[in-house]
Amino acid sequence: MKIGVLLKQVPDTETKIKIRADGKGVEEGEIKWVINPYDEYAVEEALRLKEKAGGEVVIVSAGPARATEAIRQALAMGADRGIRIDTTGIEQDPYTTAVMLAGAAKNESFEIIFAGKQAVDDDCAQVLIGVAEKLGWPHVTPVEKFALSGKTATLQRPVAGGTKEMIEADLPVVVGCEKGLNEPRYASLPGIMKAKSKPVAELKASELLGTERARINVTKYSLPPERRAGKIIPGEPEAAAAELVRLLREEAKVI
Amino acid sequence: MDFNLTSEQELLRNSVREFAEGEIAPKVEELDRREEFSYDLTKKMGEMGFFGITVDPKYGGQGMDHLSYIILVEELARIDGSQAATVAAENSLGIGPIYKFGNEKQKKKYLPDLCSGKKLWGFGLTEPEAGSDAAATKTTAEFKNGKWVINGSKIFITNGATEITAGATVQAATGKRSDGRKELSCILVEAGVKGFTKRAMKNKMVWRSSNTAELYFDNVEVPEDHILGNRDEGFHQMLDTLDSGRLSIAAMGLGGAQGAFELGMKYAKERKQFGKPISTYQANAFKLADCATEIEAARILLYKACWLKDQDKPYSKEAAMAKLYCSEVMYRVVNHAVQLHGGYGLMQEYKIERFYRDQKLLEIGEGTSEIQRIVISRAIGCYDV
Ligand SMILES: Cc1cc2nc3c(=O)[nH]c(=O)nc-3n(C[C@H](O)[C@H](O)[C@H](O)COP(=O)(O)OP(=O)(O)OC[C@H]3O[C@@H](n4cnc5c(N)ncnc54)[C@H](O)[C@@H]3O)c2cc1C
Repeated sequence: MKIGVLLKQVPDTETKIKIRADGKGVEEGEIKWVINPYDEYAVEEALRLKEKAGGEVVIVSAGPARATEAIRQALAMGADRGIRIDTTGIEQDPYTTAVMLAGAAKNESFEIIFAGKQAVDDDCAQVLIGVAEKLGWPHVTPVEKFALSGKTATLQRPVAGGTKEMIEADLPVVVGCEKGLNEPRYASLPGIMKAKSKPVAELKASELLGTERARINVTKYSLPPERRAGKIIPGEPEAAAAELVRLLREEAKVI
Repeated sequence: MDFNLTSEQELLRNSVREFAEGEIAPKVEELDRREEFSYDLTKKMGEMGFFGITVDPKYGGQGMDHLSYIILVEELARIDGSQAATVAAENSLGIGPIYKFGNEKQKKKYLPDLCSGKKLWGFGLTEPEAGSDAAATKTTAEFKNGKWVINGSKIFITNGATEITAGATVQAATGKRSDGRKELSCILVEAGVKGFTKRAMKNKMVWRSSNTAELYFDNVEVPEDHILGNRDEGFHQMLDTLDSGRLSIAAMGLGGAQGAFELGMKYAKERKQFGKPISTYQANAFKLADCATEIEAARILLYKACWLKDQDKPYSKEAAMAKLYCSEVMYRVVNHAVQLHGGYGLMQEYKIERFYRDQKLLEIGEGTSEIQRIVISRAIGCYDV
């Protein structure tokens, strides 16, 4: 089975983000880059499926040269090869990213695609849906349980209020992976050495995009305002409750 | 000068860090309190490929360079000195001599199980009366009826008495040389042979979940071909093994210092006294600045020593310097880190006291700081007058 994984390299969640002086992006100098955590579940699920059903796991990422490190890490976990769509100089938004990834996926004729349910940097959660749309496939997201029998996948997604939704989908399908789906493996030392000789092909973004252009124009980035320190109201419950109501009314002006 | 790590070394650091934080960190305190060697963690570390890192894959090793090995030990020590000790001792002292000096038959026989972490192997040099003076070995091996007959004892042998210890490389006096000095040789002794007993040493202050053993030999008979290399090469083999072992002790100092620094930094930014985080008082901020500076210097010294080894250049002096400096940097860093913690730093609940204890071994094992200074002062020619 030919299994595709969509993977994005994002800043480590502990990175302190600094906005560039021109406000058009973030400063990349001191950022530690990692695989988008939700994409790690996607890689793991793909590897598990391959271990059961055989075949090949191909990592596809659209990003600058540094994104190759993230692909290498997935190869060290056990994926077979990688494809990086070089986005240098391209205006990238969820739409163009989906167009490029879908283009690369079409060439590969995957039977199933796993992706993280969203990337933790811009949190758009649009790309996997866009890819499914461009391929004309169904998608299911966020998925916390996955099983495949024959050509039919059974997927579980959480719904508000703790209810679970069980979905059956015939392949091909795009699966958006949620935390809890699995426990991603660590890249072992032999895995890291093997990854050295695994191929990472490079595609040109412009060839996959054709005449398509970004639909979002970022005008400015700014940091959220700093959260003010909380207030602790001391005293007996009755007096404290009265004080709380007073503060909500007079200071916070919410009631 | 290129300070970039290779992409494999970066991957390895990330992966080991995730493993150490995810698998080791949740168990350290309990293991330390119970003074328990963890078979489960050893098995997992074996599956990760932490043993036989620089060994050729044809014997089951990972075929990586020495700097990769050092980064691995550094990352383990950032979380736990004991697991770092199990891995460092096994690679440098258990596997190292067999890989470097063993014949093909010995390598094929022992290395695959050792490199997978299924079995461990000790390096028996130190004796009750032969510590720093390692050539004062009292243990003897007499060649009788085509066999070596060993008598004597060893002490403080890391990985020497676990349930999965397959044996030990034992330095013994095998006769007298023509110049009247002892002829020293290393012999491979398998666990389970008659007369060979091992006992775990308990109530340690340091490395409490690493296995440290006493080994006793009472007319232990081993076949002639269990000698490592040739007769009379034991002392040279031991010196060579210690040179490379020192790099791994240095890595424990560096990683331990890094871990202690991070704990101290985090605490100092959270702890408020007189209305402000204590990290903002200059007395404390300067301590942290000194720690960060010394750690950076230690890392560069150690990586340079590894680079020399990976380039097949002489590195013995630099290894001694790195071992001395990194272990003393950790001493200063962990001391500051405990001070920043105030009274809480003395409580087991705050991880820093374990780092404080584990540090002390680094100035003693594989050549005390005094012995490192002897090696360095000789190398720079102090006594050539
Ligand atoms: C946890 C642990 C694990 C160990 N693992 C191993 C192992 O796997 N294999 C192994 O073979 N050994 C191992 N050792 C032993 C270790 O290498 C020795 O403890 C060390 O070499 C020091 O020897 P000693 O303890 O006999 O101290 P001594 O040699 O008695 O030293 C006592 C003091 O005298 C000083 N001193 C000695 N000679 C001189 C001199 N000429 N000039 C100035 N000062 C001097 C020393 O620096 C030290 O301060 C381990 C030890 C420990 C504690």
